Amino acid sequence: MARLTEENVRLAREIIGRYPKPRSATIPLLHLAQEQDGHITNDAMAHIGELVGATSAEVYGTASFYEMFKFEPVGKYLINICGTMSCALMGGEELMHHAESRLGIHMGGTTSDGLFTLEKAECQAACTEAPCLQVNYRYRYRVTSENFDTLIDQLQAGELNSEIPAHGTVASVRQHIPADRGVGAVAPEDVTEGPAWLDGKAAL
Amino acid sequence: MTTIDTNTEAAEMPERDPNAVSITINGRTVEAQKGDLIIAAADAADEFIPRFCYHPRMSPVGMCRQCLVEVEGPRGPMMVVSCMTPVAEGQIVRTDTPQVKRAQEGMIELLLANHPLDCPVCDKGGECPLQDQAFSHGAGESRFVEEKRHYEKPIAISELVFLDRERCILCDRCTRFADEVAGDPLISFTQRGNNTQVMTFPDEPFASYFSGNVVQICPVGALTAQPYRFKARPWDLEQRESTCTTCSVGCRTVVQSSRDELLRYQGVDSDPVNWGWLCDRGRFNFQSVNSEDRLESPQVKSGDSFETTSWSAALDTISRTIRHATPGSVAILGGARGTNEDAFMWAQLADAMGVTMRDAQLDDGLPASIFNYSQATIDAACKAATVILLAPDLKEELPVLHIRLRDAAEKKKIRIIEISACETGLTKHAWRSVRAESGTSVTAVQQLMADPVVAAQIASGSVVVVAGRANLAEGAEHTMAAVDAVIAAVPTASVLPALRRGNVRGALTLGLAPQNGNDAVSILEASANGHVECLILLGADPMNDVADADLARRGIAGARFVVAIDTFLTQSAAHADIVLPASAYGEKDGTTMNLEGRVTNVVQKITPRGTSRADWMIAAELGFLLGHDTDVTTLADVQKLMAKKVAGFGTTTTAVAVKRDGVVVSIPTPTRTAFAAPTIAARNSYEFRVDVSRKLYDRAVGTITSPALVNLAPGASVTIHPLDLERVGAAEGANVRVSNNHSSIVLPVRSNEKVPRGTAVVPFNQPGADIRELVRHGDSVVDVRIESM
Repeated sequence: MARLTEENVRLAREIIGRYPKPRSATIPLLHLAQEQDGHITNDAMAHIGELVGATSAEVYGTASFYEMFKFEPVGKYLINICGTMSCALMGGEELMHHAESRLGIHMGGTTSDGLFTLEKAECQAACTEAPCLQVNYRYRYRVTSENFDTLIDQLQAGELNSEIPAHGTVASVRQHIPADRGVGAVAPEDVTEGPAWLDGKAAL
Repeated sequence: MTTIDTNTEAAEMPERDPNAVSITINGRTVEAQKGDLIIAAADAADEFIPRFCYHPRMSPVGMCRQCLVEVEGPRGPMMVVSCMTPVAEGQIVRTDTPQVKRAQEGMIELLLANHPLDCPVCDKGGECPLQDQAFSHGAGESRFVEEKRHYEKPIAISELVFLDRERCILCDRCTRFADEVAGDPLISFTQRGNNTQVMTFPDEPFASYFSGNVVQICPVGALTAQPYRFKARPWDLEQRESTCTTCSVGCRTVVQSSRDELLRYQGVDSDPVNWGWLCDRGRFNFQSVNSEDRLESPQVKSGDSFETTSWSAALDTISRTIRHATPGSVAILGGARGTNEDAFMWAQLADAMGVTMRDAQLDDGLPASIFNYSQATIDAACKAATVILLAPDLKEELPVLHIRLRDAAEKKKIRIIEISACETGLTKHAWRSVRAESGTSVTAVQQLMADPVVAAQIASGSVVVVAGRANLAEGAEHTMAAVDAVIAAVPTASVLPALRRGNVRGALTLGLAPQNGNDAVSILEASANGHVECLILLGADPMNDVADADLARRGIAGARFVVAIDTFLTQSAAHADIVLPASAYGEKDGTTMNLEGRVTNVVQKITPRGTSRADWMIAAELGFLLGHDTDVTTLADVQKLMAKKVAGFGTTTTAVAVKRDGVVVSIPTPTRTAFAAPTIAARNSYEFRVDVSRKLYDRAVGTITSPALVNLAPGASVTIHPLDLERVGAAEGANVRVSNNHSSIVLPVRSNEKVPRGTAVVPFNQPGADIRELVRHGDSVVDVRIESM
């Protein structure tokens, strides 16, 4: 089980520095941990607690609220197939059956090579493009069984690496705020002036 | 009808409290204070609004929605949550309309949708707010026919507390308590929606010193305490209100029993003291009273073992021994574990016998002259501008005082200045926290006082010094001199003595304080030198509690005749010639005095074990045999005599007995005893200065005889800074040799970056090797070498 790496601790401290209160960085740091390990480990949660000054239980309480934080290892590609009404009417059910037989796992399972995890998802807000699915939260629309097979083949061959990074990667470009560009962290109760972006203009 | 002259009326009207708010509840006008919540105003007016999540000692959250009431608004009556809505002038509140009733019934139905209704097998059944309010405010029927939620039940979330998630209604009381009150947020809501559940972090138990409180405030049977599970039905419990004497905070409790066995203590809300909270040690050590190992009859030493004897034979032997002893060779140690009446009667007997060797403390507190400073109460400390801590970690020694000070600091009512060798439970709540290694607290105080920012803070309002013995390997004179240094700089400051043992203040006040500076150390030294012919131990266990183990051993061995009056055959009692069984807490009536000098009552709930007697009875009986009859046969007689002889006790002992908050007995004329700052020898750079401090759970007799608590002691170890650990060259957890010129012991070593360099922290009185072997009372501080093995 993994705590945050040295490089990620450095990043974590930078992220914490963006907030007036260290605790506010809890969720960004959870993303960082998930990016590091593909899922969130107990050690990572304990480490985040140390970094932001919370107990492990508080970090766990926050993390477990969110569906997209995973606490068990998931595949490199997390495939969420929509099971809500429009998709179900347009063949979502059949797509799920096909996915299960193609990958040899049940919904919720992970292939033995650690490449794929299948999940049934609630509405993904792409009803006009039903049935739809997401691979690591990247959309695929009007998915037929053949489309699905092609997708799996491409993923296995690594052809989509540039488009679909491994599970946990929030973005391929990381936000970086140079020290001289930040407005600095000020606790809400200490704010006396208008927002910095107003640049001296009166608030509306 | 009289005509009202508005002019004179206005002139005569007393000025209205600017914070007063007048509202109408169910047609009745009710006075409240600005900022009060509707539910609190209704409570004050005896209008009951059902509720689960609301608790007057915690912040409102509006979680359960059970307390819905109607408030008249501009667009007609509106349903509001009365625990989240503050009162407003002219507000019209109705708690009894059909709409309110319908809403409350609906809430009950929703809360019960997932509740298993396993009341017949639930410990809470019979005293359950959910059960009671389902009857009083529920529809009696449910439309929910679907399958309920299922969870594994129950799961242990700590050594003491079990959680049944099926019964939980997610009111946020336990999680709020853990976060807001205890400061140990080790339980939290986890998951979401229908799966929301209270849970700990995996493999990290809810190991809070205050975990028992969540069981008490749980409005359903979701949280149960291991020591009480399936032990009784609430309707079979009898109860009396009493005061906890585990430590000297003096929390109000109810003592509950069934079939003449103590089964549970519950916290009672005493506003000046505990606010309804208890620590786990105080809550669960009732098991000790029920222990199989209790002494049941007088024992007389015969060879290496004891033989049972009769009270008359035992007392006869003791009185003969005392009568034949050289005058001035009788000594009394202890008395701090009993009631005021116990201490008073023993002090009376000591006076009559001319006993000058007496001490209620065992060199583990501060000299009684700490009471000569102007005294503060807990409330005064929680309202002071500045609180200066020259005390042990209050979380470990006086847990509920810790809760009160933490609360005041969190709500920014006080600023805490802490001077301690290591971080404590209050460090993160302190305004200033200064590390001063053993022997340097006076210098640290002087440096602090010279800081203009600190001086400005101290000048900003009242100052209370919380003073106690932080380090048992450091002479008490250091703390006294540091307190005196504060008083010298701030003459108006008052002192809250943080002496630990249950009734230590009562015993010292009522006559068991050392005379002419002849304290426990000098008594034991005299005993070791053969000058004590009869040593009476009143619930005192020097072999376990005196920091200088060698002195305790020599003192007990040197006494010609030792009488131990105790509830258990303690380590010291095992060396006695006669052991008399004493009644324990819950087995005798009386009064006790807490650390602020507050006198409250303690009550008898069960029959004393075996033939055990209250200490005061033994003193009276022995006095009679020795020709010092006090003509006392009942507790009332003792209290009458006490009222006559002790200043301040006249009105308190009898009238106070039934009053919840008790009465603070004030010390008439505060005087200052100047303590010179002791000089200490410099130590070698390879030596560590030892900090011996107490943990809540140790080898105290009440803890080791309570099965629920005995395994909670962390065990003996030595903790140093990680860089020091590197220097010693030992691995974390490995055994190291800790030695000085007195002795040498082997302890597991741990590292903690919060321990200052050069300091070695060793908990006191823990299972394992005993640091007391390295402590000598003559040494003002204790330095040791730590070597890897």
